[in-house]
Amino acid sequence: MPDQLLFAIEVALNGLMTGVLYALVALGFVLIFKASGVFNYAQGVMALFAAMTLVGIQKGQVPFAHLINSIFGTDIHHFGWHVPSIIAIILTAGVMVLFAWIVERYILKHLVNQPEIILFMATIGLTYFMEGFGDLMWGADLKRLDVGLPQGINDMIDITTAEWFGYGFFIDNLDIVATIIAAILVAGLILFSQYTKQGRAMRAVADDHQAALSVGISLRFIWVLVWSLAGFVALVAGMMWGAKSGVQFSLSLIALKALPVLMLGGFTSIPGAIVGGLIIGVGEKLFEFSIGPLIGGATENWFAYVLALLFLVFRPQGLFGEKIIERV
Amino acid sequence: MNQMNAESYVTADGRTIGGVVMEMKNITLRFGGVTAIEDISFDIREGEIRAIIGPNGAGKSSMLNVISGFYVPQEGEVWFHGAPRPKMRPYKVAKQGIARTFQNIALFEGMSVLDNVMTGRLTHMKSGMLSQAMWWGKAQREEFENRAQVEKVIDFLEIQAIRKTPVGRLPYGLKKRVELARALAAEPKLLLLDEPMAGMNVEEKEDMSRFILDVNDEFGTTICLIEHDMGVVMDLSDRVVVMDYGKKIGDGTPNDVRNNQAVIDAYLGVSHD
Ligand SMILES: Nc1ncnc2c1ncn2[C@@H]1O[C@H](COP(=O)(O)OP(=O)(O)OP(=O)(O)O)[C@@H](O)[C@H]1O
Ligand SMILES: [Mg+2]
Repeated sequence: MPDQLLFAIEVALNGLMTGVLYALVALGFVLIFKASGVFNYAQGVMALFAAMTLVGIQKGQVPFAHLINSIFGTDIHHFGWHVPSIIAIILTAGVMVLFAWIVERYILKHLVNQPEIILFMATIGLTYFMEGFGDLMWGADLKRLDVGLPQGINDMIDITTAEWFGYGFFIDNLDIVATIIAAILVAGLILFSQYTKQGRAMRAVADDHQAALSVGISLRFIWVLVWSLAGFVALVAGMMWGAKSGVQFSLSLIALKALPVLMLGGFTSIPGAIVGGLIIGVGEKLFEFSIGPLIGGATENWFAYVLALLFLVFRPQGLFGEKIIERV
Repeated sequence: MNQMNAESYVTADGRTIGGVVMEMKNITLRFGGVTAIEDISFDIREGEIRAIIGPNGAGKSSMLNVISGFYVPQEGEVWFHGAPRPKMRPYKVAKQGIARTFQNIALFEGMSVLDNVMTGRLTHMKSGMLSQAMWWGKAQREEFENRAQVEKVIDFLEIQAIRKTPVGRLPYGLKKRVELARALAAEPKLLLLDEPMAGMNVEEKEDMSRFILDVNDEFGTTICLIEHDMGVVMDLSDRVVVMDYGKKIGDGTPNDVRNNQAVIDAYLGVSHD
């Protein structure tokens, strides 16, 4: 096989892994958007916050240490214990559920029946609040996240491909694990929404609020539920991304990459979010690889948006979204 | 008229009508400057079919929305089972055993007929989220039991053939029937139907009338319905409330209201579809 093609395949595979993360973040958006019509700008910062909380709990960090120390003149930073990864993950999931409940109780509840733009603005406010709140709680420094996931080049793939093609593919173990976990998560979400009563209630609310109320579904409960699920998805995304590139502010920016993913996949389609994420992940890497050198590189910054723009013009409902027909 | 005040009585066709289950007391509902309901009182007795009629815009749907908790009246009280009902969100009203259909059909268009009807069982499914995840067996048994009940309703309304069809693809008449099925699946104490036969052809209307009578007869379900077709109203209902411009202008047996001069006036010159 020609070298160029082998390189391209390797690049595409790596892009697939990035795409999985985009897909996860986009999935969080879709869950909330379907059930409540809220476009949750804070999805990215939720991933960041979840990752920070995970690291903080794991390392036994004292929350709000900086604040406490400056008020009481103390000098405490750590409890001095170390929490096992699995317990830290469960606790963080609990924090995300609490977060969902607070958002419903103190923000959404007061904004029902408001125009969508108001709700959107509220989530922008929430984004900046959480950014500051996260820093205050856990500190703004770059954190290393290690939950014990395997990292580094996968030797088996390297050796096998070297044997077959005379060129060993570099695939990171972390990416493989991330893909598997994401696949399990998505499968779990689909099973939950298809086969449990809460899942059915969730789909009902996504479909028609009035009808859902008439069969005894509490919209507020469902909102807490979907925000919790979105928080959980954010935790998984934050964990993967954090393990890859450290927990820092830029993590919240992957949310911006989720926007073009949503335009591609449609705002209400779970399969759309996944396929859209993968297309953008692979597309931007391949584009950078093939066209990038011709035009001076750094195409990854804008490729996704241009692709999304093309979609907006030619297929505004996205890949899987239903055709939007305005009735007049 | 005497029998109206008795605790319970038996109708000409042999059904037993019990005491008052739902009572509206001096209900007034306004939307900004519009008074949709003005100081209306009436009651609904156990086991009866109670109709609300009146010209377009009379406030009939608004009244049904008050009963089901979708609208909150500015004045008046809703009494249920002999006690005033506190202000209550619609989903709580549903949990008290009041099911309804909508004038403009509110179904879950993206879900199958079976799933739609299954949502009607939600108020009967008690297992919580954690037990669903952990006690898989128990949650599954609950799912099966409720599924069996749903199949009964589906048989009853003769919609077996479309069980798996997404509701969005069904013609209007069948959608109305699926909506009724979802409401029935809840085994409601009180069933509210907002124009269950609107837009149907004669044959569909006959089917729907038969279903309504059967539900009332076989399960003893109390029914309050809104209907424009006078023939249907006269055939189905035990008692009729007549509304016009938000006011109650008549209340009694079909025969009473048919001969009521205020009612005749209200209907003169008003076109109906
Ligand atoms: N949500 C609402 N907001 C504002 N006004 C409303 C609302 N719902 C009903 N109304 C007004 O209240 C009045 C009564 O409406 P309602 O729908 O109850 O009438 P109806 O008797 O059901 O009529 P129809 O036979 O056409 O269904 C109308 O003037 C209507 O415009
Ligand atoms: Mg109406």
